[in-house]
Amino acid sequence: MEQMAEPVLQATGVSKYFPGAIALDEVDLRLYPGEVHALLGENGAGKSTLIKCLTGAYARDGGAILLEGVEIDPRDPLDSQRLGIGTVYQEVNLLPNLTVAENLFLGRQPTRFGFVDHRRMKRDSARILAEYGLEIDPGRLLSSFSIAVQQIVAIARAVEMSGKVLILDEPTASLDREEVELMFSVVRRLTARGLAVVFITHFLDQVFALCDRATILRNGRVVGSRLLREAGQTEIVTLMLGRQLEAATRTPHEAEPGEVLLSFAGFGRRGAIEPFDMTIRSGEVVGLAGLLGSGRSETCAAIFGAAPADRGEARLRGLPVRLGDPREAVGHGLAFCPEDRKIDGIVGDLSVRENIVLALQARQGWAKPISRARAQEIAEGYVKALDIRLAHLDMPIRLLSGGNQQKALLARWLATEPALLILDEPTRGIDVGAHAEILNLIERLRARGMALLVASSEMEELVACAGRVIVLRDRRQVEELTGADISPDAIVRAIAGEEEAA
Amino acid sequence: MIKATLRRIAPQLAILALALALNFIVFPDFFSIRMQNGRLYGNLVDVLNRGAPTALLAIGMTLVIATRGIDLSVGAVMAIAGAVAALAVTSGHHWTAALGAGLLAGAVCGLWNGFLVAVLGIQPIVATLVLMVAGRGVAQLLTEGAILTFNDPGLSGLGSGAILALPTPVWIWVGVALAAGLLVRRTALGMLIEAVGVNERSARLAGVDSRALLIAVYLVAGLCAALAGVIVAGDIKGADANNAGLWMELDAILAVVIGGNSLLGGRFSIAASLLGALIIQSVNSAILLSGMPVEFNLVIKALLIIAILVIQSPKVKRAVYLLRASTGQPARETRPPAPRRPAEEGRT
Amino acid sequence: MIHRNTLRGLLLGAAMLTPASARAAGETIGFSQIGSESGWRAAETTVTRQSATERGYDLKFADAQQKQENQIRALRSFIAQGVDAILVAPVVATGWDEVLKEARDAEIPVVLLDRTVDAPDDLYLTAVTSDTVHEGVVAGDWLKEAVGDRACNIVELQGTTGSSPAIARKKGFEQSIASAPNLKITRSQTGDFTRAQGKVVMESFLKSEGGANICALYAHNDDMAVGAIQAIKEAGLKPGSDILVVSIDAVPDIHLAIAQGEANATVELTPDMAGPAFDALEAFWKDGTLPPKWIQTESRLYTSADDNQAVYEEKKGLGY
Repeated sequence: MEQMAEPVLQATGVSKYFPGAIALDEVDLRLYPGEVHALLGENGAGKSTLIKCLTGAYARDGGAILLEGVEIDPRDPLDSQRLGIGTVYQEVNLLPNLTVAENLFLGRQPTRFGFVDHRRMKRDSARILAEYGLEIDPGRLLSSFSIAVQQIVAIARAVEMSGKVLILDEPTASLDREEVELMFSVVRRLTARGLAVVFITHFLDQVFALCDRATILRNGRVVGSRLLREAGQTEIVTLMLGRQLEAATRTPHEAEPGEVLLSFAGFGRRGAIEPFDMTIRSGEVVGLAGLLGSGRSETCAAIFGAAPADRGEARLRGLPVRLGDPREAVGHGLAFCPEDRKIDGIVGDLSVRENIVLALQARQGWAKPISRARAQEIAEGYVKALDIRLAHLDMPIRLLSGGNQQKALLARWLATEPALLILDEPTRGIDVGAHAEILNLIERLRARGMALLVASSEMEELVACAGRVIVLRDRRQVEELTGADISPDAIVRAIAGEEEAA
Repeated sequence: MIKATLRRIAPQLAILALALALNFIVFPDFFSIRMQNGRLYGNLVDVLNRGAPTALLAIGMTLVIATRGIDLSVGAVMAIAGAVAALAVTSGHHWTAALGAGLLAGAVCGLWNGFLVAVLGIQPIVATLVLMVAGRGVAQLLTEGAILTFNDPGLSGLGSGAILALPTPVWIWVGVALAAGLLVRRTALGMLIEAVGVNERSARLAGVDSRALLIAVYLVAGLCAALAGVIVAGDIKGADANNAGLWMELDAILAVVIGGNSLLGGRFSIAASLLGALIIQSVNSAILLSGMPVEFNLVIKALLIIAILVIQSPKVKRAVYLLRASTGQPARETRPPAPRRPAEEGRT
Repeated sequence: MIHRNTLRGLLLGAAMLTPASARAAGETIGFSQIGSESGWRAAETTVTRQSATERGYDLKFADAQQKQENQIRALRSFIAQGVDAILVAPVVATGWDEVLKEARDAEIPVVLLDRTVDAPDDLYLTAVTSDTVHEGVVAGDWLKEAVGDRACNIVELQGTTGSSPAIARKKGFEQSIASAPNLKITRSQTGDFTRAQGKVVMESFLKSEGGANICALYAHNDDMAVGAIQAIKEAGLKPGSDILVVSIDAVPDIHLAIAQGEANATVELTPDMAGPAFDALEAFWKDGTLPPKWIQTESRLYTSADDNQAVYEEKKGLGY
């Protein structure tokens, strides 16, 4: 494909500066018609910034963008869309309360005698969607379809409106395996039509399954561009991380757990999680495994009081304890990193420093403020210990990359020196490097005598860190695996076996 | 810290200077101040004095808006508090008791709003609309529809008296502002309020007692409104339930907005809101001093406020920044002298 | 005559503990009041009730709370009850034709109080209102006489911008002083008919004109005048002598101010609109005498020559 003479999109020397940091440093990118081009890099490497510069969401500070050999300077995403660059994000940015057809044609509805021609709009929509392998009724509300279908509608809209370059920013992050396959088939149809696709993801296997070429960014610079059929996975990962990946799997710890920290009896919440019995000891990592909706997150939320239990009892070091809301839980030394960082975790507009001391401050009460100097000291300590990459502590946390946000949230809870740390999907949306760091951190915390409860959809992750894995299905605890019994196969069997039995 | 505050309120200071300059243009004697009957007398003093109700309301409103809320009831609470205080003093109580009763009424109103918003989860604009409509009716019931006049020198002194040559209302609002400023910035309240305003779910999951904080900010707004209501009543020696605080909630919100605080909550500056209140009062003053026919009042006020908001809009700010950058100043202030390259060592 | 009626009503009002319905011999009259948006309005209600009781009528009172639909509903209900007459203080001028026709068809005379409507005048018996332009004239005439030949700079506190009493009271006053070149309005601003705003605007007048250069204040209502009086006092001047104060409405507090020498004159907008209305109704019931279509109430002038303390005491209980 490299023989194709003319790149459809060519970016040269694109630079972007943020206060105190270079986000992009003279980045080059060539995109040829008919190829799927992966944009790879750790969190904070500059992938999103590059996309935003290409689509005009950010004003770049240097460099040129050529579309089919003509220099363009999109002022905003709408402008770039008109020029031919369409973008689809992980979060579907369509209007869920409109129909599929309306979403497809929003802003350019076919009209008849000055009125919107609904019938034609539906007919055209059905035809367009058929090209994407979707046989759905375009007259239904967008929100009535799965995320995958919504994604494909978003892709269809972007392609219909733009038609030269399609940028997919983590489109598969919230899709299951079959849906990913559907998405891939759509992308392949598009490239067959000569469209150029930029594909951003954290899933390396998806990159190798779908993409023709990859450009790898690190710290705002291009560190390499490879034809994937000539490159190996190790080479790509090495480029991304700038170092050899540590062994991702590690034998689970052998050490004996300590005292029983928390115990639950008949603990549950109507409509969320069936009553369960459970104990958590100091110095152990308990894993929660199960499919999406099996009750993993609900268990975490009930224990932390975020969606408090309405039955059963909890005992802390043998004494009955009420966990009615997060404040009580925090007061008892519990800590909780929720699954959805943006909605439930970060306080976006506040500084990284304030985010890190927030839980500690909330526990101390408003009348005992943590001085700025002390906050600075705490934050700096954790920035160093967790290797949080940022320009300065005063920057709003929303400007950090996903992995660094997650580390800052961990810092928030570690600052409270919790007895139990609950982690719901601690590595979701995080690049390989940060992934390994967080697993290491979990082990270090355990070794220091902390109790950890880790809910994850990634079985390898649980196998790597947990001393005990509780398997859930249909909001019910169905099996507990310990020690050497823990393996991805065993977990899968536990889930599947129960399914057959039921 | 002080430098950061100054930078934050610089636009408001500049606009206030412009507004005062406008007063000077329409009335050259504007800045003259003399002593009269042992008190300072002049237009500038009037701006500070007449700005008191809006300033007091703006303090509470800033905190409410910081939590992503809004309090439409402050005008009605003013009427209630004024009526309660007047009623207390006319039925023979000491003026301090009357002031206390007024503040208590304000506190009850604030707690009611807080209850609706924080406990029942009603949207703030709807929740406070209830009291905005009903509150004035309550005040009218208390005064039986008439202006309830009183002659107590203590209570009227709160609105029209002077301490050390400065009108009492000026002392009151400056005092409340300092107290509120210290309260939110010397404790962790300010940060926690901002956290709730930016992302209540996250704040709650971090252990922040968002419910108590929400109730607290509506309580403060109620107390500030009550104080403003007592001042207004004291000023005219009477509680005018029909007119006291009428539409004042809109001036208070405007003051907060002119102060550059986002209606979407989060970061807030009480100082900037207070400057917003003074800017509004300066505009009012300029209109009065200009001697224009009354039909122009609202149009002129609207034009001035549009101008103020346009000056503050992000686009104009950016244009000013670019203009400055293109006239000799470093074109890219944001470029760091020595940017960090954390993973330099990691290159293979 | 009208005034005596008012006074009698007031005197009786204190002893008025027997409910109106006890005197069942009298006619039944429905009264649709706008609401209670001002002290004057409350006083009008009080005086009407007292006057009806005194004459032995059964008064059915309906508060419309500022809504025309409530008034129309009240009128229909009065018609259905077969009352002998209807009094209505219309909240707006238009939209009355239909319900007034229904009343005419039922042969129930309707008297408009305090305001008029845009409807053919054969649809109602008469309208009892004050002449608001005339009120301004009375105020202006008093000031002309009080000032005499010396030059006098007047500041004016207008009512709510665009409201009909503000327009009329301004017009009447200007008409009156047009014949006196020594009287000149130097500043005119709206005080929104409120005490607080009257004070604020007067403060600004005092500074922009200089207190010594203001000879008189004309306020479109007493409330603004009362506020302005405070501002004048706080500026170290004597209201009533350094600056003459004339206003309109004659609410109790201005009588008190006149009694204390802090205001000079006020023009009464009588709350007794019902008295003349009842007189007209009685004549109509007796022998079908048709009153004129507009009965103008007296715009009485009160000055320091009257016993303002006594008037204050009388009016205090009327709900102003």
